[in-house]
Amino acid sequence: MARAQIAARTLRTDRWWLPPLTTFAGLLLISIYAAFRTFQGDFYWVDQYHYLTPMYSPCLSEECVPAASHFGQPLPALPGFLTPPVVIIPFLLGFRITCYYYRKAYYRAAWASPPACAVAEPHAKYTGETRFPLIAQNLHRYFFYAASILLCVNIYDTVLAFGTGLGLGNLILLVNVSLLAAYTLSCHSCRHIAGGRLKHFSKHPVRYWMWTQVSKLNNRHMQLAWASLIFVCLTDLYVALVASETISDLRFIN
Amino acid sequence: MSYQGKFRVWRGDDSGGGLEDFTVEVNEGEVVLDIIHRLQATQAPDLAVRWNCKAGKCGSCSAEVNGRPRLLCMTRMSIFEEAETITVTPMRTFPIIRDLVTDVSFNYTKAREVPSFQPPKDLAPGEYRMQQVDVERSQEFRKCIECFLCQNTCHVVRDHEENKEAFSGPRFLMRVAELEMHPLDTADRVDQAQDDHGLGYCNITKCCSEVCPEHIHITDNALIPMKERVADRKYDPIVWLGNKLFRRS
Amino acid sequence: MPELERHSFDVLVIGAGGAGLRAAIEAREHGLRTAVLCKSLFGKAHTVMAEGGIAAAMGNVNSSDSWQVHFRDTMRGGKFLNNWRMAELHAQEAPQRVWELETYGALFDRTKDGRISQRNFGGHEYPRLAHVGDRTGLELIRTLQQKIVSLQQEDFKETGDYEHRLRVFQEFTVTDLVKDGDRIAGAFGYWRESGRFVLFEAPAVILATGGIGKSFKVTSNSWEYTGDGHALALRAGASLINMEFIQFHPTGMVWPPSVKGILVTESVRGDGGVLRNSDGKRFMFDYIPEVFKDKYADNEEEADRWYTDQAGNRRPPELLPRDEVARAINSEVKEGRGSPHGGVFLDVSTRLPAEEIRRRLPSMHHQFKELADVDITAQPMEVGPTCHYVMGGVEVDPDTGSSSVPGLYAAGEVSGGMHGSNRLGGNSLSDLLVFGRRAGAGAAEYVRGLSDRPAIAEEAVTEARATALKPFQQEGGENPYTLHMELQQSMNDLVGIIRRAEEMDEALQRLEKLKERARSLSVEGHQQFNPGWHLALDLRNMLLVSECVARAALLRTESRGGHTRDDHPSMDAEWRRKLLVCAVSGDGVEVVEKPQIPIRSDLLDLFDRSELEKYLTAEELA
Repeated sequence: MARAQIAARTLRTDRWWLPPLTTFAGLLLISIYAAFRTFQGDFYWVDQYHYLTPMYSPCLSEECVPAASHFGQPLPALPGFLTPPVVIIPFLLGFRITCYYYRKAYYRAAWASPPACAVAEPHAKYTGETRFPLIAQNLHRYFFYAASILLCVNIYDTVLAFGTGLGLGNLILLVNVSLLAAYTLSCHSCRHIAGGRLKHFSKHPVRYWMWTQVSKLNNRHMQLAWASLIFVCLTDLYVALVASETISDLRFIN
Repeated sequence: MSYQGKFRVWRGDDSGGGLEDFTVEVNEGEVVLDIIHRLQATQAPDLAVRWNCKAGKCGSCSAEVNGRPRLLCMTRMSIFEEAETITVTPMRTFPIIRDLVTDVSFNYTKAREVPSFQPPKDLAPGEYRMQQVDVERSQEFRKCIECFLCQNTCHVVRDHEENKEAFSGPRFLMRVAELEMHPLDTADRVDQAQDDHGLGYCNITKCCSEVCPEHIHITDNALIPMKERVADRKYDPIVWLGNKLFRRS
Repeated sequence: MPELERHSFDVLVIGAGGAGLRAAIEAREHGLRTAVLCKSLFGKAHTVMAEGGIAAAMGNVNSSDSWQVHFRDTMRGGKFLNNWRMAELHAQEAPQRVWELETYGALFDRTKDGRISQRNFGGHEYPRLAHVGDRTGLELIRTLQQKIVSLQQEDFKETGDYEHRLRVFQEFTVTDLVKDGDRIAGAFGYWRESGRFVLFEAPAVILATGGIGKSFKVTSNSWEYTGDGHALALRAGASLINMEFIQFHPTGMVWPPSVKGILVTESVRGDGGVLRNSDGKRFMFDYIPEVFKDKYADNEEEADRWYTDQAGNRRPPELLPRDEVARAINSEVKEGRGSPHGGVFLDVSTRLPAEEIRRRLPSMHHQFKELADVDITAQPMEVGPTCHYVMGGVEVDPDTGSSSVPGLYAAGEVSGGMHGSNRLGGNSLSDLLVFGRRAGAGAAEYVRGLSDRPAIAEEAVTEARATALKPFQQEGGENPYTLHMELQQSMNDLVGIIRRAEEMDEALQRLEKLKERARSLSVEGHQQFNPGWHLALDLRNMLLVSECVARAALLRTESRGGHTRDDHPSMDAEWRRKLLVCAVSGDGVEVVEKPQIPIRSDLLDLFDRSELEKYLTAEELA
């Protein structure tokens, strides 16, 4: 028995290509910016107000500005063109790359697998996440743990910055960690760990409550993924602009 | 409030076929299935379409309208422009029988491959006790009306006929999740999900959730939680190391 | 002529709704080779449309409930015309049947202590309906479907063949039953997909084909409800009873036109929804009949208190039995106090918070949102009566479901007697389970007891094939779609919710003409998935059954339950003692009176004498 003979790759009449295109453009732009800032190796610390961009936190190697290394410098200076963020970026990137939302986003936008619902994908073979390398997507939860530690570091940075007074930068850092926290907590792995793995919610009322709260956040996972990603870049940009003295921080106290 | 609507309906069978044009009356408040029925009654008496309850409860009239998988009875004509040509085609993923009717036996085969509910052996009828919070997750999945639109739209089988063997599709992975989360089911379904039903093929691109007429969160509430359970079992390096060291299998 | 596909089974079940599947499970568990034949895909049967719940006196919510109370409610709802033995068995066995579903994997809504939650419903004294939100029918079908799959898995383990003992033939229509002398020998039909004919050789057939609603224009029933089982039974020589009693559900959608008739569950009222006319008046208080005065509140305050305190207050009149509510809506509309699209308003939006409505009535919320663009959490619904259920059906033995033809069984809506003149909401799903199981067991026992298997004569097969192919042989004849529309219009207008002798006379004349025209039906195309042909064959059944309905309705000169005579508006205790029995005669049917079996005395003792006086004759009471 054969399928109905319909030659068209899709009969969709709406602009189904627009969402993947937008996603692709958005991810590309952010990647370029993040790569540039990573390898710039400068303007990540505002000494006067103790602003540290989240992209360089924690700053663990010997080339870091000493005051920016809130957790010391256990690592030697990095060789060649490498800069401090390369130590933490694998974890941050790993968390986002294996994130269930981003997977959907880039499988559709970058790999066209599928480009949109009911639009044929261009690949002859498909094995999904059954084998290497994509089977590694199952490591999401370990990146979640790592990202949670980095989140704590970011929160610590943010709190520390309040020690010098209060400026617009402080508020930006605060919003940034809030969004990062919301994104991290709304993660599907977090939802599973909080209570999703339980068979009987009724026997674990506290974890059920946690699961319910995480589930509410989880409904917004996509929005939080984008909001936090874009805001990290904006935060970094602000810190970079202040650090390079292109603009000066708007101060409310001190 | 009626107008003449332009329709293109796929007609044919497994030996071939194509889109045929029709002009047919459309009245206020109608759905696509009404128009197909009007075609049957006035222009094409042998136009084959599968339908039943006409209220979005039985999941029989699944097809594709303007290329999107939908229930014909729940697709209101008011979402289209009057001048628009509306294309109605059969579900792509399944073999064609005739016109808008496809052979959905794939789904019944897959249904049989999911081991059934296994209650505790010593529990007598009438003695079942379950809390509402514990049944709610599975209840969401049991809202499924088996329209098979998720199976149809899933690119794993839609674009790759060869994967039908290994992959049960969202509907039946969700059935595995339903049983896994059933408060009284005693079977272990985690390995089955990955090894027998092809959970790993799912790349969570969420088309199943998008087309579900019951708005079940198939991906977020069934597939991803199952993937996480599989990760608990199979991809937890600590467990893996333990198994290696102590030679458990 | 292509070779005929042949199969041999012990038990054939025609219909894959709740009754059919439960019967098949039972026959298979008795070790018999069983086939289920259904017109739709497996799991799509009309049972999925049932919303409210399964009535069973489990007493989980109110421990005062018992089978005796359920029995009383059922008899009252049916205006004492019920087959008391069926009502008794039904009330006694329903709880077991519901608990059994849990062992198959069903997930009902729960009470705080983890038992099956039960909800209020029209005509039921206590909260009694086991439910899953408002999609209980779907849960029932899916559960039974999955039980069948699990039995097939067991057979697979044992024999390597899933279908060794239990096979489902889906999208298959049975056109005729085949007999060997007096007894059933099998069934003849065709695959809807290919149009190819199939002969089943089987000593027992269980009819579970549901109702006849598709003979009416406004109906909540799906296309499958063409009275196939009723007609197959008639043609096989069995008789139908109570065919004049047709339940018009009070609340069907009235707008948009394409969904006119689709059901709005009674739970809307059970959960607080009220009916208002265009003046904004809660009109049901004006329609409480004498026999129910002591059970229903006559003022809004008491009615509203009932939702929180059911012991100290009488029930709101919106929860009167369905026939009463349907008639009330009908007369409000007739007197010009209807809604814009010819119904009345059903409002739950001012009675419950939006969140609560979405939780308790999710599929109603969804249905109105998607089909009518009405948000029931903010707006009232427009509703009106819709043909919903036929109380009449094959006359069966209560304990085994056996008809008067050896080997022919019936269960569920296609059987008659259980619900008397009017069915209570929630009693149909329990009916399916209780009598589905009994028919399965009854058929199994019958087959076990046979000394020889019946044989099928080739002439019967040739004749069945010729009948089925006839519409292809005639060119330029009548269009089945036209005929069907005319039939629906006639039944709706002339034998509908309110009936008059002249109108029914006219209906019978029109039916005669339609029958005449149906002889020259012709269809285009070929046998493969041809809806025109399918309808042509179904029409034969609809015409036969409609005649039973019209003839019986004309004879019964009283109003009772699902039979309202404008020219005989009151209930007559003499008529309670009589059943109208419909059987084939010539190329039509005839309807004759038959005395009702007196109610067993210990069951009569469950009622107050004062109540019995409303229904029984002085002679019976003496």
